[in-house]
Amino acid sequence: MLLFDNIVKNFGGVNAVDQCSFEIPAAGITGLIGPNGAGKTTAFNLIAGHLHPDAGRVVFDGHDVTQLPAWQRQSMGLSRTFQLPHEFARMTVLDNLVVAADNRHGEKILNAIFFPGRGRVRSHEAQLHARRTLEFLEIDALADELAGNLSGGQKKLLELGRALMQRPKLILLDEIGAGVNRTLLSKIADKIIALNASEGHAFCLIEHDLDYVAKLCSKVHVMAQGRLLMSGSIDEVKNDERVIDVYFGGGKYQEST
Amino acid sequence: MSAEGLAFYLIGFLTMGGIYAVLCLALNMQWGFGGLFNAGIAGFYAVGAYTAAILTSAGAASHVGGFDLPIVIGLICAGLLAGITAWGIARVCVRLKADYLAMASIGFAEIIRLVVINEQWLTNGSLGISRIPRPLEMVFSGRQAEIVYVVFVWLLVLLTYVVSQRLSRSPWGLVMRAIRDNDVAADSIGKNVQRFRVEAFVVGSVFMGVAGALSAHYFKFFSPDATEPLLVTFLCWVMLIAGGSGNNRGAIAGALVVWAIWSMTEIITSHLPIEWASRSAYLRMLLIGLFLQVVLQRYRQGLLPERRTTPVQAR
Repeated sequence: MLLFDNIVKNFGGVNAVDQCSFEIPAAGITGLIGPNGAGKTTAFNLIAGHLHPDAGRVVFDGHDVTQLPAWQRQSMGLSRTFQLPHEFARMTVLDNLVVAADNRHGEKILNAIFFPGRGRVRSHEAQLHARRTLEFLEIDALADELAGNLSGGQKKLLELGRALMQRPKLILLDEIGAGVNRTLLSKIADKIIALNASEGHAFCLIEHDLDYVAKLCSKVHVMAQGRLLMSGSIDEVKNDERVIDVYFGGGKYQEST
Repeated sequence: MSAEGLAFYLIGFLTMGGIYAVLCLALNMQWGFGGLFNAGIAGFYAVGAYTAAILTSAGAASHVGGFDLPIVIGLICAGLLAGITAWGIARVCVRLKADYLAMASIGFAEIIRLVVINEQWLTNGSLGISRIPRPLEMVFSGRQAEIVYVVFVWLLVLLTYVVSQRLSRSPWGLVMRAIRDNDVAADSIGKNVQRFRVEAFVVGSVFMGVAGALSAHYFKFFSPDATEPLLVTFLCWVMLIAGGSGNNRGAIAGALVVWAIWSMTEIITSHLPIEWASRSAYLRMLLIGLFLQVVLQRYRQGLLPERRTTPVQAR
């Protein structure tokens, strides 16, 4: 599904991502873990197209998308959520989802001025789809609330809903659990599992809580200092000495680098 | 003042108020829906005014012009040329963040003003262009012409309002608001942020050009003095913020209220002794600023705030 191939990304003197390669399979839920500063979010930004690599390539669904801007990758079926909520604060929750649907004709400015009818059918469909999505996420009671007034956890759900609006093949979730209480967190996990099983969306998620990763992910990539440390099942990863070292520090791995 | 005098004062007030309403609706298309901080309104206004003046005025020896074309064609060309200018500027600087876009657009507007002042062959420099016609001048004269013109201006306000309403209610307008709220997220949901921003900048500037053309026909004379940023850019911004950015009716209401304060205080200051009267313009500016303070203290989003939901609700 997605190939992250030998990517290099520097910010000034910092090698945020350094010759890192991994694959995200077309089915299932993949975890991306690692200590703070490992380059996980940078990797997500490179995959989604918000950043462009200094070297290497990103291949999505058989296409080399390295040079494409984020909005074009999204229309190929790549969606994401953000670590810090990026809601459209002065729009309603419903409109936050409706706008994420593709309304090619209605979004043309000349149609908007001269033929306001074009795109209306599509808007209507988008609204129904948005309402169904909000119901599935159990935030439909908030449909007419301004998104800026939502709580942190509700904003995470809103972003998940927004990412679902264009029926993506792969959804990147950047710390969807951060700042969310345990009850809501396990609810979100159930939703992700359900979406993966029934709708066939593949997921890749960044998460710090290893129990949460264990619950969701079939495969885990571990990043440290911009590189891929190892890949494997959650049990393999948990028991790997190098992983324990980078998480708890001061071990052999750090001395050897 | 006699009743008739008062009525014609009101007509004059409504004519200028209408021109400002067009300008303010145009700014709302850029800032209210799109979050584009255009601080160069006066530049697009000038492009429109001069285009209309040159195309529709009678012949003159001192500068290019005197094409004597119909006013409607002048208006369309004014909008088009302002739009093309905006497109060129937008291509360069629409990627800038709000405050940097403001600086860049002030710069471009000043360039346009300097071109207008210095290129005498085109604009007659600081002497300005005179003998600009008004619609139906052959048929109506004197005070009748004033009435005809106020109707003409408000028809264009209506046109601008309809376009702006359609834009704001369309899927295009929804995307524009999303970009205003968070451009990175808009990018991540598959919207070509750059394209939408250029479009909003251009369409708003087209109507700023139309407003410029309307004022040229109203004064029948246009010189660089009329493109003073204080009177165009600054006043227009106050109108939109006080009226309620993001709301088209708020834009019109703001234009009328602020224009009322600005123009009616002139009646008072014109009675002051000479040495005071010359300074009164600054006092009036202060009054406008004070008004904005009061409005924003009481109504944080302006007199008529942005509507919560899009009216095309499927329920």
